[in-house]
Amino acid sequence: MKLANLLEQKKSQIVARWINLLYDSYPPETAIFLKKEKDKFDNPIGYGISRGLNGLFETLVQEMEAEQILAALDEVIRIRALQDCFPSQALAFIFLLKNIVREELAEELEKENLLEELQELDARIDGLSLLGFDVYTRRQEKLQEMRINEVKNRVSGFLRKSGMSMNDM
Amino acid sequence: MAKVPKPSELLPGISYQPPAKGWMDVKPDFRPGTYCNPAAPKWMEWIGYPYPQARSIPDNNWGLPDNWQEIVLQGMEDRLDRFRSLKVFFDICVRCGACADKCHFFLGTGDPKNMPVLRAELLRSVYRRYFKKIGRVLGEIAGARDLSEDVIKEWFFYLYQCTICRRCSLFCPYGIDMAEMTLLGRELLASIGLNIDWAMASVAQCYDKGSHIGATPQAFKDMIDFLAEENERITGITTTPSYNRKGAEVLFVTPSGDYFADPGSFTLMGYLLLFEYIGLDYTFSTYAAEGGNFGWFISHEMGKRLNSKIYAEAKRLGVKWILGGECGHMWRVCNQYMPTYYGEPVNFLEEPVSPITGTRFENAKVHKMVHISEFTADLIKNGKLNFDPQRNAHIKLTFHDSCNTARGMGIFEEPRYIINNVLPEGNFVEMPPNTIREKTFCCGSSSGINASENMELRMQGGMPRANAVRFVHEKYGVNHLGCICALDRATLPTLLEYWIPEVDVTGITEMVGNALIFPDELERTTDLRDRPLVGFEEAAEEDAEEGE
Repeated sequence: MKLANLLEQKKSQIVARWINLLYDSYPPETAIFLKKEKDKFDNPIGYGISRGLNGLFETLVQEMEAEQILAALDEVIRIRALQDCFPSQALAFIFLLKNIVREELAEELEKENLLEELQELDARIDGLSLLGFDVYTRRQEKLQEMRINEVKNRVSGFLRKSGMSMNDM
Repeated sequence: MAKVPKPSELLPGISYQPPAKGWMDVKPDFRPGTYCNPAAPKWMEWIGYPYPQARSIPDNNWGLPDNWQEIVLQGMEDRLDRFRSLKVFFDICVRCGACADKCHFFLGTGDPKNMPVLRAELLRSVYRRYFKKIGRVLGEIAGARDLSEDVIKEWFFYLYQCTICRRCSLFCPYGIDMAEMTLLGRELLASIGLNIDWAMASVAQCYDKGSHIGATPQAFKDMIDFLAEENERITGITTTPSYNRKGAEVLFVTPSGDYFADPGSFTLMGYLLLFEYIGLDYTFSTYAAEGGNFGWFISHEMGKRLNSKIYAEAKRLGVKWILGGECGHMWRVCNQYMPTYYGEPVNFLEEPVSPITGTRFENAKVHKMVHISEFTADLIKNGKLNFDPQRNAHIKLTFHDSCNTARGMGIFEEPRYIINNVLPEGNFVEMPPNTIREKTFCCGSSSGINASENMELRMQGGMPRANAVRFVHEKYGVNHLGCICALDRATLPTLLEYWIPEVDVTGITEMVGNALIFPDELERTTDLRDRPLVGFEEAAEEDAEEGE
């Protein structure tokens, strides 16, 4: 439990570093903008990433319902699923947390005997990443579904006239 | 042999810095989902556009004509001669960066070349190289570059990632209009055979058959008759549209999205009810069966060709003026470009006067076309419509200002005035000020790029809009996004399905149709979509059970 307390205490530093690291994966000009612009409507990527990573961190330090964990993952992954070519790139951000925790808590980890708790945290980050693949796949399926729905939608009035509904197709 | 990468190595900028490159050396990444397919040759042949050929983006060879450089440079020279604005926009930019973070495509993709200042530079660099002495002499040092096939590919990629929405120009201290540069850049691409299929198919169908979706006159009439029958079933009111009727006072033109696709079709039901209520002497035309103008997304010449169909029909039918439905770019073409297209006002039509209120629409004296929102707001202002707002009590609305009607022609108050009259008090909530009115965020799919193959791009471009919708949904329980543009009604449902599926899209005249009280109507238990009104939910459930 010592590690959980430490994570709580250092939450803001750890999450800020996580967010900034993800911003750095964008082109340099964009990374500067994402870090600088604080208005959530003028910086929707920054807002989504910040909201998502804060939520994800909570899932690691608190007990949460499965749906809440998936929703927190979805906050970031639905942005990354559009922007990154491969799932490995879209999901790499989750694994970055392991190193961040080690670096931010380096002193404490050395002083206290926290190896077991650290292993537990690593395992949970791994679990989060695996769930991330589920979320990513759902988002990809959603995009394909939307493509199909849009084709149907273009003639939806005509379908209605013919006595058919979108769901019949 | 390679080592398995660490997670941090999968992302540039984290454990390694990619070598610094100037913007000219960064090539576009044509990954699936981010670009539109090139136009099929048959559409180009239909409208007589040059160099029709089957093309594929992943192919290295895009099949450009042998003298493509000459064509593009000559085209640029012609346009610099014809449009002083283009020359000014090329020369005057001081790269202050005020526009850089104002484009929804930059905000959604994070791609620096979607910063308007840099997108313009894609064209400007070629202008400098061939039309400015300093660029000819100093080349890259002066921000100039040779016109290569790679440059053309980059133009194709980024000029179809601009929706001509003009949000950036609002923030430019010089008023540089990126939309104008995008349009002329697209013209240059079209001159060497590069067009996008989704827009070109719509244009060819409209030119040949009368509407973007290629509906025949019979299908057009059938569909509107069906919507009139739906009105009668739900409200008990017989609406009586007429077609190609000579001598009608008004020609009504609306985009095809309003009669073939939901939720636009519910808006069309609203139009029919409104016109019946006030006894408007109007006609539809099967020839001018399209209010939208995808031609303008390809070239000014094509924009004029499609626009002229509406006016030729108005002349043939002998109407006094034209009333237009809830459309965006139809209005931008009329307000912003018609005087330039034709060189004179439309002289064979009358300055529009509402036959119900006597209001003279002086703002339409050049093009003689009135927007349905202006027309309806005037009717309400003069006390000509009787509403029961409770019939819209199930709708908690926020309003999306469509770029073309808002920034393009200044329609801000009229739709809001209508909304406040047809909704119960408290059911209308604005999105944050930096996302509405003249600062509105684009739907991300306009200007002909609402194809399906570029879905990932569209979802990124629409992210800023969806983000603001989500805010009012979470904070105020908003469940509908209203708009007065048919392209919005076609694309926003898809955008919201990805980002905020709890919110539906509605036209404003649909809600007018819901709320209008006719003297001899049926008791209304549902709205025009057959959804139960507040207070009638149980009856609807019972009906559904009986149906089963």
